[in-house]
Amino acid sequence: MNRVLVLAPVWAWLVVLLAAPLGIVAAISLAGQADGVPPYTLGVTLESFHAIIDDALYRDALLLSLRVAAISTLLCLLVGYPMALAIANAPPAWRNPLLLALMLPFWTGFLMRINAWIGLLADDGWIVGAASWLFGGPVRLLYTDAALYIGMVYTYLPFMVLPLYASLSRLDPILQEAAADLGAPPLARLVRVTLPLSRPGIAAGCTLVFIPAVGEYVIPELLGGPGAQLAGRVLWGEFFSNRDWPMASALAIALLLVLVVVPALLRSLIGSGLPGWRRLPLR
Amino acid sequence: MTAEDLLRITNLTVRHGSTLALDALSLTVRRDEMFVLLGASGSGKTTLLRAIAGFAAPAAGSIELAGKDLTGQPPHRRPVNTVFQSYALFPHLTVAANVAFGLRHLGREATAARVAEMLALVRMEGYADRRPHQLSGGQQQRVALARGLAPRPALLLLDEPLSALDRSLRAETRQELVRLRRQLGTSFILVTHDQEEALTMADRIGVIRDGRMTQVGTAAEVYEHPNSRFVAEFLGSANVLSGMVRPDGVTLDILGSNHPIVTVVHSPPGAILLALRPERLRLDETGGPNRLVGVLVSSTYAGETLCHTVRVAEGAEIRVTETLRDGLAARDGLAGAGPKSGSAVTVSWSADACILLPP
Repeated sequence: MNRVLVLAPVWAWLVVLLAAPLGIVAAISLAGQADGVPPYTLGVTLESFHAIIDDALYRDALLLSLRVAAISTLLCLLVGYPMALAIANAPPAWRNPLLLALMLPFWTGFLMRINAWIGLLADDGWIVGAASWLFGGPVRLLYTDAALYIGMVYTYLPFMVLPLYASLSRLDPILQEAAADLGAPPLARLVRVTLPLSRPGIAAGCTLVFIPAVGEYVIPELLGGPGAQLAGRVLWGEFFSNRDWPMASALAIALLLVLVVVPALLRSLIGSGLPGWRRLPLR
Repeated sequence: MTAEDLLRITNLTVRHGSTLALDALSLTVRRDEMFVLLGASGSGKTTLLRAIAGFAAPAAGSIELAGKDLTGQPPHRRPVNTVFQSYALFPHLTVAANVAFGLRHLGREATAARVAEMLALVRMEGYADRRPHQLSGGQQQRVALARGLAPRPALLLLDEPLSALDRSLRAETRQELVRLRRQLGTSFILVTHDQEEALTMADRIGVIRDGRMTQVGTAAEVYEHPNSRFVAEFLGSANVLSGMVRPDGVTLDILGSNHPIVTVVHSPPGAILLALRPERLRLDETGGPNRLVGVLVSSTYAGETLCHTVRVAEGAEIRVTETLRDGLAARDGLAGAGPKSGSAVTVSWSADACILLPP
């Protein structure tokens, strides 16, 4: 009885704020569009889902979102892994200040930081100036894919570095010594020992970056070019501009399905790529 | 450097912060020998091993292996392998892949052959596809040994390899290591704090203390002729009494009185220490010409031996170990017939049981 009482607030929270809204979105996604208030008629039709598959606009938006999220995740991994490795190998007194520095941007509002990037990447900004001088010609960054990925990597990097750090800092340093002792130079030690042993951290970091990156709306809207029609942007347009609530809901549900299926695939690819991996004690 | 010398360490100094872990230590290890480094914890024995492997950078001195200077070489360029105390097997690799880790220079087939050979050597043939966490401590130790031996190092370093094993397995593994080393002809340097391990396994023992080699010699040399009070007490926990060498003989200094004793070794006149092994003393008058009278403080039964403590003067106690060849009952006719605590006893020993040490 006590158990029920203790868990009741949690269940109430989950039902009222997660399950119920999700149910409403699912119901609207199956409804038909209507001109009126509310702008849909309840029913069961797969019209909106058919549109996602048939209509190039929606299909491409979903595929582009996956592509941008995948590239962003990869970039975060390439930038974040050396950072996490450096923090994990730093003298103990340095680790916490370095982690704090990593989290420091979160103390400023997200929109403010993205707006700051608009100033930094603008055509008269110093970054473009330096790049133009370096490449000897006019360079454009703002409202291009480059700006989009800069914004994505900037925003999501901590979500990659933290789980990587957690996994790397737990590795027994004696294994590095054992590898060196057996003739492995530093790069071979990284590839043959550190990388495979940090797979759980890589899987966690990639998941934490990929999921929010797929649904990202603000960064492509503010930094990306007009071609960056990602799912989040299209969904926003359907909901607020076209007032096609069933279409917007169907996009949200499709996105959700993709987000559940893709990480599961990722996990089985990265997390358990080796036979017997699951049985490994993750100290 | 003679042809049979493999490793020569000269005046090696290693600092850990402000403490001196190795203090101008010099040591020579020969080809085809089991060299045991014996020392208490904190004596510098593990630091010496790490310096040879390349993990501890020396502040001064040199390490030469087969005539080549290793001092500045990183660990992965040294033809030396280590069996770590915790074994340090790679948890993500199978037993076979662990053993093959140091064989990158060999081809696929040569590697497979070498791995099979090494696993057969340590009697782990059936475990090639297991992972380290599926093995017992003893099996992990064998895999670590096979992994260290696989690249055919000129020298194998073993850091307390038996310390994580239980007692019965340890005795068996000791024999196994000695047999294996003889079979391969590779020199081993084995670090231990266990004197029994050192005495039974070593071709030569090096006793290390405070970052310096105190004494190097065969087990018998170091045990029978310790060169210092530390070695005499560390190996075999000898009784140490102070005495004096006079022109007319050696006297023991007991409670201010001079007690003449008979020795076979001689030493220039002056103060000396006399070391007496507990097992060379008798608790009656049959031991030899040297005698001390005292009071039996306690007798402790330890299975194959009986350990007595005798107070020969105020503050001076001597340990006497009696071997019970046929058990306690046979010695006394029936248990309890030996000298009682508190009774007066005579401790006697022969002239050649006396070990004279510098004070």
